[in-house]
Order: sequence, then structure tokens, then C-alpha cells
Amino acid sequence: MPPHLKAAGSDVAQASPPAGSGSVPLPSVLYAPGAGDFAGHDLLEIAMGPHHPSTHGVFRMNVVLDGETVVKLTPVFGYLHRNHEKIAEKNSYLASIPYTDRLDYICSMTNNWAYVLSVEKLAGLAVPERAEYLRVIVGELTRLQNHACLVGFLLQDMGALGTPMMYAFREREKILDLFESLSGSRMMCNYMRFGGCRCDLPAGWLEQAVKVVAEFDSFLDHFEALLNENEILRARSQGVGVLPRDLAVNAGVTGPCLRASGVNYDLRKVDQYGIYNRFKFRVPLGQHGDVFDRYMMRILEMRESIGILGQARHDIPAGPFVDPKFKLRNLRPKPGEAYGRVESPKGELGFYLISDGGPAPYRYRVRPPSLINLTVLEDMCLGHTIADVVIILGSIDIVLGEVDR
Amino acid sequence: MTLKGRSCANPQLLMHTPEHIKDRILAAFPGARLEVIPNGSPATQPSLLLHHGLAREIAAFLRDDPELRFDYASNATGVDWPEKIVREKVKVRKIIDGVEQDVLELVERKIPGFLEAVYHLYSMALGHGPLILRLRTGNRTDHVTLPSLTPVWRSCEFQEREIFDLFGITFEGHPDLRRILMWDNYADHPMRKDYAPVGEGEGQS
Amino acid sequence: MNQEPQNELSRQGVILTTIEDLYNWGRKNSLWPLQFGLACCAIEMIAASMARFDMARFGAEVFRPSPRQADLMIVSGTITKKMAPQVVRLFNQMPEPKYVIAMGACAICGGPFRDGYNVLRGIDLYIPVDVYIPGCPPRPEALLEGLMNLQQKIARQRLTGPERPRHMDAHVSGEYPVPEFGPHDLEGPLLREPPTPDAHS
Repeated sequence: MPPHLKAAGSDVAQASPPAGSGSVPLPSVLYAPGAGDFAGHDLLEIAMGPHHPSTHGVFRMNVVLDGETVVKLTPVFGYLHRNHEKIAEKNSYLASIPYTDRLDYICSMTNNWAYVLSVEKLAGLAVPERAEYLRVIVGELTRLQNHACLVGFLLQDMGALGTPMMYAFREREKILDLFESLSGSRMMCNYMRFGGCRCDLPAGWLEQAVKVVAEFDSFLDHFEALLNENEILRARSQGVGVLPRDLAVNAGVTGPCLRASGVNYDLRKVDQYGIYNRFKFRVPLGQHGDVFDRYMMRILEMRESIGILGQARHDIPAGPFVDPKFKLRNLRPKPGEAYGRVESPKGELGFYLISDGGPAPYRYRVRPPSLINLTVLEDMCLGHTIADVVIILGSIDIVLGEVDR
Repeated sequence: MTLKGRSCANPQLLMHTPEHIKDRILAAFPGARLEVIPNGSPATQPSLLLHHGLAREIAAFLRDDPELRFDYASNATGVDWPEKIVREKVKVRKIIDGVEQDVLELVERKIPGFLEAVYHLYSMALGHGPLILRLRTGNRTDHVTLPSLTPVWRSCEFQEREIFDLFGITFEGHPDLRRILMWDNYADHPMRKDYAPVGEGEGQS
Repeated sequence: MNQEPQNELSRQGVILTTIEDLYNWGRKNSLWPLQFGLACCAIEMIAASMARFDMARFGAEVFRPSPRQADLMIVSGTITKKMAPQVVRLFNQMPEPKYVIAMGACAICGGPFRDGYNVLRGIDLYIPVDVYIPGCPPRPEALLEGLMNLQQKIARQRLTGPERPRHMDAHVSGEYPVPEFGPHDLEGPLLREPPTPDAHS
């Protein structure tokens, strides 16, 4: 490390890592005499991850503990850094769409949408009305299955080993069946194209989707009855991991985490991208910014998404599913740049593209909501126990494909 | 838990044009050097190039000014612009056969390379954006330091670390500048245009 | 009676063959996977353990977080160079008999990300793989078929003789060298020849 750069945690005296250990310092027992409130305490530094049952992927946190209380937390990234941005500089614009599926691998449709929206801004493309409705339908279905999974994972982290997750995955499988019959793949849908979507709905798809959403609604009733008043959930999540409003805004937190802290900023209402200005839906806001509020955000957003889906099903017009005049292959936008963003289930997912007139982007940047939401992880965990760290991390909702790209 | 029905004020459009914002900044910082960079794409998102002398003070002004209130830095990214050789036809006055004439001559011009940090700012309070800020380094070799905007917007913390890791821009004033995605003793900056994988390892081409 | 089983029986003895069958039967029907998901394939692995596809039928429901208690490592997802030493260390910490399933294109050969500077072109460069499951991601049914293939492979394993597996041979180590982080790339001995550079990339 260059000598003029400050090492993390240098305010606490620590042994230097043994030579040859690369970037993984071995756990060491730290003594911090005279370090404020921890004078004379034994501090223990442990590495949670990258292999850990509760870190939602290959994510690592170096946690310094005083007993069970967190004194310092340093996240370590890069274990799933797959060089998406560098690979995209060699690929054509069209060839990058399947790579966007693999960013937030649970929500491939909204990833596709963010990317094609940015390219449409860059190249000045219009989208037919039916295609916009198709995008809203698959986008909101994605939000439903993502939030259901998140609640399942969060409850698993709290100790409800498997039951809520089993129920959530049962509903998710129905939605994945819909995606598979539409796009050919359960998870990596690769469904959106510049100027519309890849294909139209198969016969009977919309009726099946209506059935799935109706079952999802009654599933949510059971889910809430099972979980909302559960005293363990409440005891472990209320007052835990509070994120103050001003910090949330300054740290660039977006999505349900931001709205749980009481900030009314939902890109579907702010930017009104696509045709979201035609839909009536409410934006839930939290009052305390704790884990319980972030959990309730997901539940309430699922309810709103069901409402949007009902409206979309009612209003979807006939028409082309893609701009018929536009040639997909060999797209060469004029030199310039564009930044496009959508409200993905995790937060603001943005793509910043610079074109030099060639077939591949000059610069291709993914603005990852999961990574930026993690800026405040340490702030939320300080003073809590190590068991709470797992729950707080779970409530932020991260996917490592997006954090590390 | 409350449910809100109304949308944020003034969706999407930047309430002030970059020219207006530039004038506002110059009113507050008369010595500042700014330039509006146009954008050739239909997205019409022009950007403001700041000379990095007063960048952090200007950033704080953009965040705190009651009319602008850019409280949210959405995206911070790096771009590598290597040295470019531009050939253009230039009119040159020459004497041909005793007569002074204007002749078109092919001239080569070298545009020096630089690294760039681009910031996309929005306002959550007022609902407008984006304002795009650009900061450029002196070159790609030894003048690669820029002021960090993390003290102004905490959301830049990890993103500036990533720019340092992958492009090699050093951010002065960053609270914890070290590599974020690659391992600590990695020596390269892989997102640069002239990066070539070194070493056989497992045969990467 | 066929010649081959007769030779087998006369070589091993009836009792030993029955013990072998019993031993393999017990092991193949109670494989405990390591709870180890790297990327997108991990979600399909989780889906395979859920009610619809139900890996519990195969005895592989008990995902262990600790490598000390696991028999099977399902490498599901892209292995980056930063993660590779940890993967090899985890494999070394698993007690014998242990098996590896490379699930998904990334674990087999780097997959769609093979041109990345931080991507390892297949985990079998550092640890031995028993079953390869292609797909991006493979469906949960494909993972179950890979698991069944592994079970058949285990059923065929001998207790004695030159074809016996690694864990039955006291002279063969089950630990493999862990790669180190170098300034430009990973450094360390490889288990197989690295793939040749592509002509076009």
C-alpha cells in the first residue's frame, strides 16, 4: 500500500498482517489501551465471510468486537468482481443485455430495463405503448418475487429456519414459470430490447399471470398473519439498525431503505420513466428507519405492486411489442453520453454510457444500489451485537453480483 | 408507517440549466474556472467541467444553496481518455509559383491524455436533476490527484475508492483511500484503456 | 455368471464386496453439501433445496456452513481470482471423502466472464472436480441430475485395489496448494494445463 494512504482502522493499534498473506489479514486480538471508552478492554477482530451462511453471497466484513458489541465494521468487497464493465467495452450494445441479467441475479428484468432505458436515451429511441405495459408488468412481477425472497432470507437470518423462505420460494416459482414461458429462462430472462421487448406474450399468459397475482395476494395475507405480530421478529428488529434520514440522503441510499427512513423518493414517481405516470399507487414511508420498518416497506410495496399489476392488466393495449422501424444489430449511437436509471427492487439502478460512435460503448458504468446502500452499514451496526449485524445486513438487501459487478 | 400518495415536485427536469448554475457558482466563487461541456446525444445531459482548485467548496455550495439543494450524489465514476492524435485539414497561407495562396494542409495535433471523474447529482429535496460534474487530472502518469468529494457527499466514499482501484486517480481528502475490488497488493489499474493482462497465470489472453 | 463379477468376487471376497456396497450406499445417500454459493447459480441451488425440487429426497438437504462437516462442495458461480484462495482453503478443510460439483459455466471454464481480468477460468485449475453441470444457470433439475451422477460415481468406487479413491490411499493427500495474490495475477501451481489464449480476444 502506498505510504501516503491511510490504512483502515489505523486509529486502533494492531499487529501488521504476516507477510505473504495477500489481502487477508489473519484475525488478531487487539488491545486498545486508552482508546476512549474501550481502554483496557480486549477487542476481538473477526472476519465474517466471504464464506458465511448469512452474508448473502461472497461478502466479507471485518468486525471488531468488544464482547458481543460491534466497535468497528469494515466491509471488504471484490470477491465477485467479474469485470462486467470492462467486458462491455468490447461487446456490442446488444451483447451486453445478457450480462445485465447477471448483475442483480434475482431481478433480471429490472436490470434489463435500466440498461435498455439508458441506451434508448443515448440513441434517442421511442418505445411503443404495448411494450411499455409489458415492461411494467414484468418489472412489478420481479419486484414481487424479490421482496418475497428478501423477507424469506431476512427471517432465515433471524432464526426462522426455512419456513418463511419455503413459502416465499413457492410463490417465486410460480412467477418464474411465467418468466420462463415468456422469455425462455427462469432467471436470466434477457427479455428487453432497445425500443421494446424481445417477444410478445404467449396465448393465455396474461390469464395465468392474473391467477398467480391473485394467489400472491392471499399468500401475502397468510405471510403477514404469520410474521407481522411475531414477537421474536418485533423484538429483534424494532429499534435495531436505525438509519437517520439525513445520513441516508447524504450517503446516497435509495430504494426501500431510504423510504424506511422517511424520505419520499421513488423513481417511479420522481422520474416517471416509462408510463408510470398512468398508474395510481402509493409510496410507503417509514417513521423510524429500523429493520422493522425496512421489513414493512417490502410488505407494503408488494401490496402496491399488486395494485399496479391489476391496472396494467386492465389497460394494456394491442400493438407492436418493439419499435418495428428500429434495427437492433450494429447499433452505433452518435457520440455523446447518457445516464438512465430505474427503481429496481434494491434501489436506484443506473447505467452511465459514453458512446464514441462505435459499435461498443466507450465507457459503460453500472451504478449499483446494493454497493452504495452498504456505505451506511457500519453506521447502522455500531453499538449493536454481532447477531444484529446479520439482520441489519439482511434488511439492506444486497446481491453481490451488483455490489461487485 | 405512512403511505404517501403524491409524487415529488417537478419530476426529472433540471430546474436550472447548466449555464444558469455556472453563473450562480461564479457569483459565489468569482475565481472559479468552469466550463459547460455539451452532450452530442439526444439525452441532452450537458455537464459542468470544474477546475479542481475549488471543487470541494463548489460541491458544498451546490449541496447547501437553497435554490439548488443537490443533496444526493447518485453516481461517481472514472473515465480514461488516452492521448489522441487528431489529423485535420488546416488552411495555410503559402507562396506557390510566386503567388500567395490559401492551401489546405493535413496537420497532426496531439491531444494529451487525462483521467476524468464524473459525478451525477440530483436533488431529493427539490426533485430535480441530473447535474453532471466533471473533474480532470493533469495527465495519466504523475498528475493524477483530484480532490475527494466524499466529505461533501458520503455516497462517493466507495465509488471514489473504486475509481482509485480501477483507474488510478488519487483522491486527496478521502477518509479511507485503498483498493476496494482488487486485492491490496495488486499493482495494475485494469479499467484503463491500455491495460493488458500480465503473466500467464492460467493462460488469460 | 459373468466373468467380471466372478473375478471381482474371487479377488475381493464376497464379504468385502458387500461391505463396499453398504459403505457406498450409506455415503451416496447422505451427502452433506457445503452451504457455499458464489453467484447466480447459488440461487438455483437454493431453489433446488426448496419444496418444489426438493433435494432432501436425495439425502442432501443438510447444508452445512462449516467445511469440517461437509462432504460435497457445490461450486456454484463465478470464481474470481480474489475468491480462489478461499475456495481452495475451504476444500482443504473438508475432511475426506470429499467431492466437488462444478455447477454452471463459470465454475467449469469461466463462463460468460472468462475474458475478465479477475475471473478464474474454471475451478478445476486448482481443485479436482468430480461432476460438471453445464448451464447458465443450470436448472434445479440439472443440479439434481448432477447429484445423481455423483451418487452413481460414488456407488462405483472400490474400497481396495489400484482404482480406489483418494481417501482410501494413505499416500495421496487431499489438500491442494492454495494460490497466492501476486502483483498482476494469482501465483501458484496449477492442477491442469491452462486453457490456450483465444485467437480473437
